[in-house]
Amino acid sequence: MKEKYIEDLKEIKEVMNRSTRFISLSGLSGVSTGIIAMGGVLFAYLSFFKEKNYLVYHAVELNKEAIIKLLMIAVTTLILSIVCAVFFTTRKTKKGNQKIINKQTKELIINLLIPLVTGGLLCLMLLFKGFLGILPSLTLIFYGLALINASKYTFAELRNLGLIEILIGLFAFQFITYSLLFWAFGFGMVQIIYGMIIQRKY
Amino acid sequence: MKEVLKDLDKAFENRTRLGIMSALMVNEAVDFNSLKDLLGVTDGNLASHLKSLEKSNYIIYKKDFLDRKTNTSYSATPKGKKAFIKHLNAIEKLLK
Repeated sequence: MKEKYIEDLKEIKEVMNRSTRFISLSGLSGVSTGIIAMGGVLFAYLSFFKEKNYLVYHAVELNKEAIIKLLMIAVTTLILSIVCAVFFTTRKTKKGNQKIINKQTKELIINLLIPLVTGGLLCLMLLFKGFLGILPSLTLIFYGLALINASKYTFAELRNLGLIEILIGLFAFQFITYSLLFWAFGFGMVQIIYGMIIQRKY
Repeated sequence: MKEVLKDLDKAFENRTRLGIMSALMVNEAVDFNSLKDLLGVTDGNLASHLKSLEKSNYIIYKKDFLDRKTNTSYSATPKGKKAFIKHLNAIEKLLK
């Protein structure tokens, strides 16, 4: 008798979770975006930041070519990350017989995009005004906020990841000369580790 | 013990009905096909359990059109939500 009700409670919890959260988010997508981010930051360092000291609190002189070059690196990294994340997650939804586009994924994406697009636009404006040094910090902080906002619709662990990214972002601002290192750590290492944890757990 | 057993709701003895109610407790409304995917049951099975919950006035349905096809979505009534919470509390007491 008691066993039946314990099973019932399990079922209730599971149905409530599955009907409100998107649990097929692949941990491998975290690992792959982490690796891509590290590659992107290494490339940006070698081809851009190595020559001049751009990591300062004030605006720097940036010519058109420099801005285009930076944007190209950023856009390539972003597109590669999205492609990998979508690929691994679609693969996982197929395995689990879940649909990739449902109410939960829509909520997840919208809630992720609100802080992310806000931050992205702000960073673009700052880039055109030459405030390059504070961008690593700001991208980390807005990414963290986006994760926290989206965590209600997927694994609860995403909330902690968001808090860690915000913290690293604040450090990146305080120690601005090393902000590129903090950026590589936050978007690279931390994401890889978190991706592995999620991959193992679910 | 007897008191507790009285609070357990017969309507939620069945797993599918319990699943339907759990989904409707945390979502405003869920359509028929989503419920089917969520609980992994057949059309007929789901329909009959939905009907029985409707009869107890625990859930209501709304029909509208989506791409020219009818789309039926279900939501829990206040009475249904109350009954479900009472049932959960009874289980909790029973397991103590």
